[in-house]
Amino acid sequence: MADPGLRRIGGQMIPITLTVNGVIQEIEVEPHELLLDVVRNRLGLTGAKRSCDVQVCGACTLLLDGRPVSSCTLLAFEARDRSVLTIEGLAEQGRLHPLQEAFIERGGLQCGFCTPGMILTAKALLDENPQPTEEEIIDFMNGNICRCTGYKKIIESIIAAAGKMKET
Amino acid sequence: MLRRFYLEEPERVQEASDLLARYGESAKAYAGGTELLLAMKEGLVHYERLINIKKIPGLDQVKLEDGAIRIGALSTHRKLAGSPLLQERLPALVRMEQNVANIRVREVGTLGGNLSFAEPHADPGTLLLVLGTRLVAEKASSKREIPMERFFVGAYETCLEPDELLTEIHVPLQPAGSSLVYLKFGYLERPSVGLALFLAFNERERSIAEARLAVGCVGPTPRRIDEAEGMFRGKGVKEAASLISRAGEIAGHASDAIGDLHGSQDYKEHIVQVLLKRAFHHACGKLQEAGKGRGELHG
Repeated sequence: MADPGLRRIGGQMIPITLTVNGVIQEIEVEPHELLLDVVRNRLGLTGAKRSCDVQVCGACTLLLDGRPVSSCTLLAFEARDRSVLTIEGLAEQGRLHPLQEAFIERGGLQCGFCTPGMILTAKALLDENPQPTEEEIIDFMNGNICRCTGYKKIIESIIAAAGKMKET
Repeated sequence: MLRRFYLEEPERVQEASDLLARYGESAKAYAGGTELLLAMKEGLVHYERLINIKKIPGLDQVKLEDGAIRIGALSTHRKLAGSPLLQERLPALVRMEQNVANIRVREVGTLGGNLSFAEPHADPGTLLLVLGTRLVAEKASSKREIPMERFFVGAYETCLEPDELLTEIHVPLQPAGSSLVYLKFGYLERPSVGLALFLAFNERERSIAEARLAVGCVGPTPRRIDEAEGMFRGKGVKEAASLISRAGEIAGHASDAIGDLHGSQDYKEHIVQVLLKRAFHHACGKLQEAGKGRGELHG
């Protein structure tokens, strides 16, 4: 394929505007750059983790317009004109989110590696269903894996957070 | 690691098709990327160009037209899982979509992408096979309809031409007095066995007017199991129930199961038999519920 365009591969930069944790970012990305790498390496937000790298474990979960996505397999340009929330953006004015408080109080984490993804997925759940049943929590969260297998405490933490949020 | 590629963002089907024709095997249509990007990250395939087709308007609609549900190929699994129209008309499809992979995959993955990628371990193809589904494939100058039965050619291989895009999935409305069940089994990330059973009943005679059975995930492509379907047609429900073990055995053998990480051939054939029994009882149970009040007929 004698296409002069191919020689330019590597040179294509896509200017995008996105909001990350409420802050507008204007950056240029190459088509192959993944959202996880942009957020971790260029914006310095290292809460989201690269783990399975195949959209199974949920450690790289970010919220895109409020919905959980696997940032390890999402091209960064797809975030253009959209809003990204990472775990770093969850606390407001130095106050932890009720989910963060509940995970601490209830021991909803062991090694902590899956926790940013767990909490962000749980936030998406509570945003659309503020008082989920245990069954609904399990159904929504079943794509987030805790290798320490601390699921019981995670579910308890989410129920506790839902209770806290109802009170306020 | 994802190698570099060039991105094209056409806004019309014709433009996308032209690009695919022009760049041939060095280019690939890209929608949700949930399957394609994994294969590219693993280095199993590489394309110098991805054609992002998500800027083409109008391909993510779900509507009822001329007695068929028309699903735009760019509809995400999440959208289908929450579609009121599908919930009313085809609840078994909604339930299947609610259980595709996980919430993050459903958020970005599309039905058209799922079918076009033809990953053997997938749910939708198997279910669509028992519904008389037709797929609309478009390219720059023409448009054709492909019966679901002819779409999958092999593992990761469809009958789409290199410059054709899957644009719509047409599912005819199912007749009253019919029952549809999709069951899957698996303990890995992807389903190991999927089975879809459609039964239409002759209400007065309590007999089975039409039976369609498909098995997926166990071999290279999902497939209809004509051999077992024939055993049910025209039979009373009780008589069909007495044949179910034999039908399951035949379905297992006919499913093209191959031994792999998900289990041996024998094991998969056995699971097919178990799932067929369960699906049959679900399907007949639903009919009874429907008879008591206006219950769910197709779910």
